[in-house]
Amino acid sequence: MISPLHRRDAVLVATLCVMVAAIAIRAPVFLSAASLDTLITDGGILAMMALVQMLALVTGGIDLSIAASMALVGMVTALVSRAHPELPVALTVAIALALGLVLGAINGVLIAAVRMPPIVVTLGTMSLYRGAVFLVSGGAWVNAHEFGPGYLAFPTARTLGLTHIVWIAAIVILAGHVLLNHARAGRELYALGGNRSAARYVGIDESRALMRVYCLTGAISGLAGYLWVARYAVAYTETALGFELQTVAACVIGGVSVAGGKGRVLGCLLGAAFLVILLNSLPMIDVSPFWQMAISGAAILAAVIVNSRDEARRGKVILQRPGAAKEAA
Amino acid sequence: MPTPPAETPVLALEGIKKQFDGVKALDGVELQLPAGQVVALVGENGAGKSTAVKIMTGIHRPDAGRILIRGAPVELHRASDAWRHGIAAVHQETVMFDELSVAENIFAGHLIRNRIGLVDWSGMRRRATEVLRSLDSDLDADAPVRTLSVAQKHMVEIARALSHDSRVLIMDEPTAALSAHEIDELFVIVRRLAARGTAILFISHKFDEIFAIADRYTVFRDGSCVGAGPIAEVTQGELVSLMVGRPITELFPKAQVAIGEPVLEVTGLWSDDVEDISFTLHRGEVLGFYGLVGAGRTELMEALFGLRPVTRGEVRLHREPLAVRSPRGAIDRGMVYVPEDRQRHGAILALSVADNVTLPSLSRLSRLFLDEAAERAMTRQIVERLAVKCAGPRQRVADLSGGNQQKVVIGKWLATRPQILILDEPTKGIDVGSKAAVHGLISELVQDGLSVLLVSSELPELLGVADRVVVMSRGRVVRVLARAELDARDIVTAATGSTPAGALP
Repeated sequence: MISPLHRRDAVLVATLCVMVAAIAIRAPVFLSAASLDTLITDGGILAMMALVQMLALVTGGIDLSIAASMALVGMVTALVSRAHPELPVALTVAIALALGLVLGAINGVLIAAVRMPPIVVTLGTMSLYRGAVFLVSGGAWVNAHEFGPGYLAFPTARTLGLTHIVWIAAIVILAGHVLLNHARAGRELYALGGNRSAARYVGIDESRALMRVYCLTGAISGLAGYLWVARYAVAYTETALGFELQTVAACVIGGVSVAGGKGRVLGCLLGAAFLVILLNSLPMIDVSPFWQMAISGAAILAAVIVNSRDEARRGKVILQRPGAAKEAA
Repeated sequence: MPTPPAETPVLALEGIKKQFDGVKALDGVELQLPAGQVVALVGENGAGKSTAVKIMTGIHRPDAGRILIRGAPVELHRASDAWRHGIAAVHQETVMFDELSVAENIFAGHLIRNRIGLVDWSGMRRRATEVLRSLDSDLDADAPVRTLSVAQKHMVEIARALSHDSRVLIMDEPTAALSAHEIDELFVIVRRLAARGTAILFISHKFDEIFAIADRYTVFRDGSCVGAGPIAEVTQGELVSLMVGRPITELFPKAQVAIGEPVLEVTGLWSDDVEDISFTLHRGEVLGFYGLVGAGRTELMEALFGLRPVTRGEVRLHREPLAVRSPRGAIDRGMVYVPEDRQRHGAILALSVADNVTLPSLSRLSRLFLDEAAERAMTRQIVERLAVKCAGPRQRVADLSGGNQQKVVIGKWLATRPQILILDEPTKGIDVGSKAAVHGLISELVQDGLSVLLVSSELPELLGVADRVVVMSRGRVVRVLARAELDARDIVTAATGSTPAGALP
């Protein structure tokens, strides 16, 4: 499955270069070390969450609850940290993963066992989990001075000049790459999204595969929730609000098919890079917040159009053959 | 050549030719539909009946030949052109909008509108009711179509045809899903329409129906018309001979393989849509399954493969009881199923040839990670063995031809090293070259000691490849014929379940 740079990747890379150059001319500060550091840390979280979103998309599903899971897990770990400031970081990470896993398992059961459509299930749990943030916190914020020192320090501490957030994201992305390209379970996800019925005929256990996917998106969301809260040093009900759509957007820009069966790690990373550069640079070149939204929206639409044209070209070949097969029968 | 009826037919096809991807579907077809007559169109699956229907209804355009309406040539570019010329079709599987009402379905595509261009609901309801009453139907025009029985849906389709003032009504196996009583009701309507002067083309595999309803017959074989005339001047035996009478020369290679011990024994098996099935498959044997559409062959295979629950009966593999509850279980025991619908159940089009081939064998190819060298080797072996024409193992299956897609699907199952291979219409819709390759492969496999269950609707294929043929009808086994007694007419007669073989001339 590892393929050389595809045509659309090349286009995306070229677009990124032009974009960075244009921004750098208008605002040279964009290329400063501090700015790039912010960019790569923000980009790390987006890229790793886009990757888990891609797992769901590849199976033909979607997980809209990831941002709400991040907020809920972030809040719970923040409350725990406030109550037990000396809690070791390892335990915080364990709590984040475990709680995220539980939230993901709720999605998984509804999707894989109760057989409800992923978009409906995760739309429901998105509200549910977001509401739960309010319930556990009473609507109050957990502010910077209330956290245990380890809690805030670890994710933003640096190894070899990069924040731990970036390293954790890199590990998650690498693991995702191995899963999708070098493990049986990953191959089965593509099969499932490519043709559910054929996957069933070759003996793939659909329920088990879907359960795994949503547990995994949940667990990684939990981890990301902790990282997010620690990075901004505040936990509140609106943490990461709307972030789930950014992950979907990054995937779509990177050529992941929302219909399932198609998506590569490299594309996903480029999509995340594109989106994070766009979102971080527009304020620097004094684009008003309204135009920021409009421009990022336009970029997403452009990517979707490029994708669907690509699909349509393929589609012609696919559609002709079965028709022909039927006629000749 | 058909003898032309006295007056100009309402609709006629002259020398119609049509190819799909180099496969000849129609090769100079002639067909005439006179006013007020019911013409029965018979022919094997693949004889070109459905393609002819699609050409008459404007879905396909012919490569050559003419379509004449009352003697004047017309061009049908799209379905609405056919409607405009008064040609309507009722399909085997009804084409309906389940969530819409009866009236909306009848007027789909030409909703009645009032002066300001909005839908005239009351007018449409009234017209729909009129049309239904003219068919002696008391269907409620407001009823949602999803609540209707198949027979009632047919009624709606016929009403749709009438709402266009159709002069030609094409009925493509309209009785396939109907009960005996419903068929009688349908025939009453067909006769009434014919009496009004409508020309009717009636496509059916069932001879009792054909002789009950038709005035004339036309037989297609291999995309041409091989006989036509008044139904009164032909016998069932003659029709069957015309249908299957292709030269024996193009028969398929049959390897002489010694039949071994029983491999699969099925006793009194019941499942959804199949009843009391018993048969035995031996080592090195090709056991053919013949039957009409809906005879339960595919359903039986799906039950054996764990896709449908077995409610009663016993299956033994190498004398050991075999309880298969999922495809995984069947695959693990060495039984694999190549389904009929490659697009839906077989190939995963978006994935590469290699990914498709290795998919069912991944458990063998992976521990913690996939063994990519073994994957490549497996793919190379299958691609070479089946002579799959592809640019390389990384090419997407969507970009292969139908025949090569089929080879990939068969190949992925062979890669699991099965003992029993179930092939469901393996050569349906693939070109002649690929067909021969599939047949050659079947021979090779049985020589290697595999056993094959071959579901096919193509008689020459079964006669050529199978050692024995199980004939099914309405979910049951009606006959089992040994190779020595294989006879096309016997098989068709048993499958149509009309007259016993002895009654044929």
